[in-house]
Amino acid sequence: MPADILLNVAIGGLLTGLVYGLMALGLSVIFGVVRVVNFAHGEMMTVAMYLAVALFSAFHLDPLVMMVPIAAVLFVFGYALQAGLINLFITRPEHSQFLLLIAIAIIITNLLLIIFGPDSQNVQTAYAYKSFQIGPLIVDATKLYAGLAAVIVAGGLFVFFRYSLLGTAIRACADNYTGALVVGLDVNKFYALTFGIGAACVGAAGCIMLLIFDVTPAVGPAYTLLAFVIVITGGLGSMPGALLGGVLIGLTEAIAGLLFSPSAKSMFAFAILALVLLFRPQGIVGRRSA
Amino acid sequence: MIARLLEGVPRRALVALATLLCVSAAAPLFVGDYLLTVIILALYLAYAGQALNIMTGFTGHLSLGHALYVGLGAYTSAALLVHFGIGPWLGLAAAIPIAAAAGAFIGFLAFRFRVGGVYFAILTIAFAEFARVGLDHLGWTGASAGLFLPVAQFARNDVWNLRGHPVMFYYILLAATVLAFVGSRALLQSRIGYFWVAIREDEDAARAVGIDTFHYKMLAIVISAGMTSFAGVIYAFYYNNLFPEQVFNISESILIILGPFVGGVGTLFGPILGAVLLETIAEGMRIILAAFGVDLPGTNQLFFGAVLLLVVVALPEGVWPWLWHRSGLSERKR
Repeated sequence: MPADILLNVAIGGLLTGLVYGLMALGLSVIFGVVRVVNFAHGEMMTVAMYLAVALFSAFHLDPLVMMVPIAAVLFVFGYALQAGLINLFITRPEHSQFLLLIAIAIIITNLLLIIFGPDSQNVQTAYAYKSFQIGPLIVDATKLYAGLAAVIVAGGLFVFFRYSLLGTAIRACADNYTGALVVGLDVNKFYALTFGIGAACVGAAGCIMLLIFDVTPAVGPAYTLLAFVIVITGGLGSMPGALLGGVLIGLTEAIAGLLFSPSAKSMFAFAILALVLLFRPQGIVGRRSA
Repeated sequence: MIARLLEGVPRRALVALATLLCVSAAAPLFVGDYLLTVIILALYLAYAGQALNIMTGFTGHLSLGHALYVGLGAYTSAALLVHFGIGPWLGLAAAIPIAAAAGAFIGFLAFRFRVGGVYFAILTIAFAEFARVGLDHLGWTGASAGLFLPVAQFARNDVWNLRGHPVMFYYILLAATVLAFVGSRALLQSRIGYFWVAIREDEDAARAVGIDTFHYKMLAIVISAGMTSFAGVIYAFYYNNLFPEQVFNISESILIILGPFVGGVGTLFGPILGAVLLETIAEGMRIILAAFGVDLPGTNQLFFGAVLLLVVVALPEGVWPWLWHRSGLSERKR
């Protein structure tokens, strides 16, 4: 196999992986703070994807521009969900939370099915078939923009959590629940904010993902699963880990798709997950919680 | 043995159970063909739910990949029939060790490294998905094009070859459900059961008092996987066609898990009640929506999700523990 084909595919995988990473980042943020595994994560992303499809077909608005308002809508949705329902379940056993989110996922999937029908949909942007040539390499414009957008959103999130007062307060809730209560933080409100931020993050990821992949109502569980695989590979609750995991899985899928059959690519992602769980359960960059 | 099984069970509960069994045994005489298929599906889920309950309910390890064991059972027995003409019961004898070995493999890897909670659940999904994609590419079992069992006319019921009228499948599944119920009770009353519950409640404490937690967790996953494979054999011979996309699908695992969780995970009767309730709700929704002339794909599932949401919010312990106290089956302490 010529090296330039391999390299081209690898770059495509890496850029797609960055978008995967952004999607998984939302899951990781939610788990890291609220300690709830969002089993409706992929479904929340399909909501964003359909919003982008609707805006594109009605007003011809570019998904990359619509990322901001759609992320805002998802933020409100996530905030309301956490404040109204999930906060009730914080002290309930894990399986109860799981069941709640499965119910929410079922509702989302079927609402989308009723509204948009079962057919797959996509957007045709002006740059859909454009590409850049850099020496022997050919990079899809779509994937390049998608990867860049994912990096920018993820970067913004890093800065928010690292340097803003609100981000610091949220990290405090994650590090020490009781301590946060003692210093007078309204933990339930911060949980709702965090879930909102995680939802906004996956909303942005959905808009970007739409440039690369089609959407159907039934695609949610596959993305939920992919997000799990990525965050666990990278380290559940770690933000750099999610991006790194996304890139690793994106690369693996692209190269496995090239060397074997594209339909077998997810097998390699799961194999990586199993290996990581067994030999480094805290993830590649995660710290072991004692 | 029997005295031990009945120990501490209130008399009212026994009477209720006996009545239920009689009604179930007579049910095929009174229901039509369509309703029968619905009840068969409910029983299938009740049985698989009980198998899952042994692991998830008794030892507290959430498995989201039980479709793996269903699929292994189904594919083993079907492939043996298609390729070698080996009947389902001998196929079952091969399927149980294969599924149990898969369970043992996952358990060995996970419990060795003390992988638990969410991580364990996702590991189980990963293996089920791995098997799904793998079988999608395995030509010997028809790959993604599916594996089909030869279908003959149902001249008479042939239990040995699992060929016959749905009523036969109904009684086989009923017997399996009853056996699983009694078996679960026997396990819970035994030393093993007490160890399992100790592990579920506090694994570190269980280790501290000298329970070999690794050994007993392995036992739970192996028993659960082996039991589940029987559901797979029935699946294969009842539907006569197998597609990796369907059998190993994560939604299949979720279907198996919903029964015990809605009914009451860790309880004996919960998985059965949950499976029957969910099937009733799903069918009820279908009938009601049809009566109103709603024919939009997804509406049925949408309401199903909404009902599930209500149940989870209102009855976090599951329906059965609530019903048990409400119905007066548990004799009040004087």
